[in-house]
Amino acid sequence: MKERITVLVCGGTGCMASDSNEMVIQLKQRIKELKMENEVTIIKTGCFGFCGQGPIIKIQPDNVFYVKVKLEDIEEIITEHIVKGRVVERLLFDDPKANEKVKEHKNMDFYKKQMRIALRNCGFINPEDISEYIAVRGYEALAIVLSENTSEEVITIMKDSKLRGRGGGGFPTGLKWELTAKQPGNEKYVICNADEGDPGAFMDRSILEGDPHSILEAMAIAGYAMGANTGIVYIRAEYPLAIHRLETAIKQAREYNFLGKDLFGSGFDFDIDIRLGAGAFVCGEETALIASIEGHRGEPTKKPPFPSEQGYKDKPTSVNNVETFANIPSIILKGAEWFSSIGTENSKGTKVFALAGKINNIGLVEVPMGTTLREIVYDIGGGIIDGKEFKAVQTGGPSGGVITKEHLDTPIDYESLKAIGSMMGSGGMIVLDEDNDMVEISKFYLDFTQDESCGKCTPCRIGTKRMFEILERLTNLEGCPEDLDILEDLAHNIKNSSLCGLGQSAPNPVLSTLHYFREEYEAYANRTISKSYKIIEEKCIGCTKCSRVCPVECITGKVKVPHIIDESACIACGACFDACRFDAIIKP
Amino acid sequence: MAIKSLEELRKLRASLQDSVDLREKGESTSGITEVLIGMGTCGIAAGARDTFNELLTIIEEQKLSKVKVISVGCLGQCSLEPTVQVNMPGREPLIYGKITENRVKELVEKVIIKQGYLDENLLIPSFTKDGVK
Repeated sequence: MKERITVLVCGGTGCMASDSNEMVIQLKQRIKELKMENEVTIIKTGCFGFCGQGPIIKIQPDNVFYVKVKLEDIEEIITEHIVKGRVVERLLFDDPKANEKVKEHKNMDFYKKQMRIALRNCGFINPEDISEYIAVRGYEALAIVLSENTSEEVITIMKDSKLRGRGGGGFPTGLKWELTAKQPGNEKYVICNADEGDPGAFMDRSILEGDPHSILEAMAIAGYAMGANTGIVYIRAEYPLAIHRLETAIKQAREYNFLGKDLFGSGFDFDIDIRLGAGAFVCGEETALIASIEGHRGEPTKKPPFPSEQGYKDKPTSVNNVETFANIPSIILKGAEWFSSIGTENSKGTKVFALAGKINNIGLVEVPMGTTLREIVYDIGGGIIDGKEFKAVQTGGPSGGVITKEHLDTPIDYESLKAIGSMMGSGGMIVLDEDNDMVEISKFYLDFTQDESCGKCTPCRIGTKRMFEILERLTNLEGCPEDLDILEDLAHNIKNSSLCGLGQSAPNPVLSTLHYFREEYEAYANRTISKSYKIIEEKCIGCTKCSRVCPVECITGKVKVPHIIDESACIACGACFDACRFDAIIKP
Repeated sequence: MAIKSLEELRKLRASLQDSVDLREKGESTSGITEVLIGMGTCGIAAGARDTFNELLTIIEEQKLSKVKVISVGCLGQCSLEPTVQVNMPGREPLIYGKITENRVKELVEKVIIKQGYLDENLLIPSFTKDGVK
């Protein structure tokens, strides 16, 4: 006999914490008692991604979705829904906007927390087979534009959509295209910036690996809008799979004449070349990127002249980021109005974030602009690992800063992040919990920037090095309170006097953490910080467990006698803290 | 095959509509079952290539002529790689996480042959695709 009903119970970390495991056991037991095992199957699933509404139960084939289910609700679900086939109304999702109960999760507003535009095809089409891309309306946007729109109309659509650059700066894409289009001459270039370098960001790689044709199509649209016949993808050699798939895609697109001469019989020619970068962070800056493509050292030049005036080979050039391009075919197909209806007043559409760090659901998420950090971390991300306390999220990588607990409910867009001292950046989000040391975090980023500084201008070359040295002094407990003032002073000077974006934003991680977590810096400066774990003598019964787990053997003591940690040798790994069953160990 | 106009492109797309319907709604006239494997860098690092090869081997062994294995990009669920999506005619397309090499046999038997579910590994995607429809 075929199964009549399937009950899907969320077994993600968030839901497991609220008894979902026990629910599975109870459901299975009750079904057995009712002798319905042949008709009803109970399945434990992975995370549904609505962790804020968990635990969640979905019943198939009715497609009914129950939220915030408690153990005591199980009986009612069994007797009402499974036996009698009646939906348990009170457990349905309550849509606050529509003010009604929603039965199917596809209609839930909540389900739309993630909305995929740039990632629309990632994971759904074979990136090495052009016919799969064509099947999901691939190259149709290019064909429509070439047969129905003038170049000016395309730029108007882009301006109306209010799409802004997704690489970090947030410059309006339509305006950038217009500035390039307006320049005289018929030799112009479209460059795709795939030099993704922020630690922890990998959305561009995922798009290029999962949907390379969308980038090629968008670049051809950009070329048509600006009067450019050549496109260049600048990608780091560290992305071999993405390069391979791009090469395959370009070859296939040429076979179908989506790239080449006289595209769609319009008389417009466009072709794309790939240039490999060596993976220098500064080459994500557009002038340095152009220098690198030309075969020079990857060093930035002053602006103006902007690339839109004098870029590659001194010709007008538009440099756009991978994620920016990925949005463009959808905007053409669905219209500027549709795109500009998503997001906040000044930031339209969606943004892809790479969730990493101390968060349960590590991965890529795409959410409408204006989503709050709380929704990303708790509803989509499933909260902090091991239920620890949220401390901050680092956004914008080495150019950004931290967002703290007090700003968890700030709607995220370009302006709001800037206002709280961080930035959108390319969208890396590193979640930090109570155990993370903010001074160490900013030292990590400064180490990165002083290493990646190209050395052309003095403030960045020497300044970031000096900042890093101060941070090192502090963390070695060799600093003094004056160091904090010097650090701050230096940071502002570097910001104001550096040549390019790398130097101008390099001090941000320090300034931001200094603003929100100054006490941690002070503890280092005053040398009052203790980096080792300690044993409370009265609580320790001398079970020896801690000394057995200590990897550096810095805990000594006899059986049934309170133990002692050698603080100079302690590496603060926390193994003793986790092992102690008498709460006798305190964290630093 | 060079495509010379918007009309030609639309005709070509119409001929490919069947596979899209299967992937999005589980409707298809060809009776083909598709198994999509996330083969981005993240998937491959988590063992997707072994999963891919194992799937091909088992499908051959069991002589499942109507099953097609397709490699796709990353879904974004990095903590649950390797991910596998099974699209069967007449069923809602479903995604399974953590399908390592040793889970493949069970997946083929329970999901593809018996048309059931694979306990513990089933995922429900928590996003809407609003790019192009």
